[in-house]
Amino acid sequence: MSKTANITLKINGEDITATVPVRLNLVDFLRHDVGLTGSHVGCEHGVCGACTVEVNGDAVRGCLMLAVQADGTEVTTVEGLSDSGRSAALIRSFTARNALQCGFCTPGMLASALSYIDAGGAADKAAIREHISGNYCRCTGYQSIVEAICDVITENATTEEAGA
Amino acid sequence: MKAPDFDYARPSSLQEALALLAAGEGGAQPLAGGQSLMPMLNFRISTPEMLVDLSGLPELRGLEQTPQGLRIGAMTRYCELEAFPDLAKIQPLVAAALPHIAHDAIRNRGTIGGSVALADPAAEMPAILLALGAVISLDGPNGPRDVAADDYFLGYYETACEPDELITSILLPKIEPGDSFGFHELVQRHGDYAMAGVAIRSSGIAPLAGLRIGFFGVADRALRVTALEDALNGTDGTDIAGALSHLSEIDFQGDTKITAETRAHYAGVALKRALKEMLT
Repeated sequence: MSKTANITLKINGEDITATVPVRLNLVDFLRHDVGLTGSHVGCEHGVCGACTVEVNGDAVRGCLMLAVQADGTEVTTVEGLSDSGRSAALIRSFTARNALQCGFCTPGMLASALSYIDAGGAADKAAIREHISGNYCRCTGYQSIVEAICDVITENATTEEAGA
Repeated sequence: MKAPDFDYARPSSLQEALALLAAGEGGAQPLAGGQSLMPMLNFRISTPEMLVDLSGLPELRGLEQTPQGLRIGAMTRYCELEAFPDLAKIQPLVAAALPHIAHDAIRNRGTIGGSVALADPAAEMPAILLALGAVISLDGPNGPRDVAADDYFLGYYETACEPDELITSILLPKIEPGDSFGFHELVQRHGDYAMAGVAIRSSGIAPLAGLRIGFFGVADRALRVTALEDALNGTDGTDIAGALSHLSEIDFQGDTKITAETRAHYAGVALKRALKEMLT
């Protein structure tokens, strides 16, 4: 029982040990203690999705999880997704489709889009809209984001067919 | 905002967790998936002295089919339930409702026990438990006990679970041949809390029989209106105007989004749509 805790976790493949106040949420820890400012903090109550990161491979809200709860987990932020190349196709497609303007929602959008694509989601715009319904964008009107995600799925299918 | 200051403990057994809750004398708050508690902490609606993190308790894990039905360990995450093999056959109502519960990223952390313990009046799970006639297993200083869903939800965030008790598991009774299910909710955005919704179980469809209808997002808690169920039992469910008059038994609540009158109307719409889908 304590107001601080020692945690050890893997962030973007790197082992990190830190002492954190137990009230500190995961996304604030990532931004202020680790210096990974790619994950954004919007609403702080789980509605906007800007802070979405991967914990043990699952997309989760960084503002709805305490840093202490991430003890022993593997966390991947938008920086990690980019460095490993996992988000490369999405980044290209978001650029091609103008799927970002101010860019505030983009880190969360990429994480959510990737969880849809990795789960084998179809190139179905209604289903994509439903999946990203937990991520707010106040610039684009979503159309270009949905198209960007759809393009990546279609491209992947074409590449797989060509490979087979 | 940021969460207030609190102590934190991560016990490794149920006994240890219950001892912490008892010692906290109401100031200790169990932390399950945190998908409702964390917003409440960040808004400082909830200011507990201590959080008791339940993630290390093996007693609250497990998701298994038993002869009585599907037993769901309290710390089972929504995403784990979604991935349970043949869920659509074993518990069709749950399978139909799960995609409507918040968003993917929330279901990856949110737990069934956490939702039932909080008992948000607009949450889907409490109404589903009412429709299915589920049994909620609790443990506490006076030993384990089972509470029927019908006796569990008492009011705004108020349940039969005492502050020094924990939900250990939830039993969804096995479905019977001929059982039919319906689910419908009206929301502003997919995944939001419902403005009104229903979860339905019927032991037959022509005619409807043994109906259990859980309403959510309508009043201070998920609830059934037995007079409405009785009025529909034995009918083919197409002419429900008379039955709908029993909705007046519900003390509909207005909020910043919609008035109580609109909510009452939506409850009828949700019921009509769910029945229509069930019967076609």
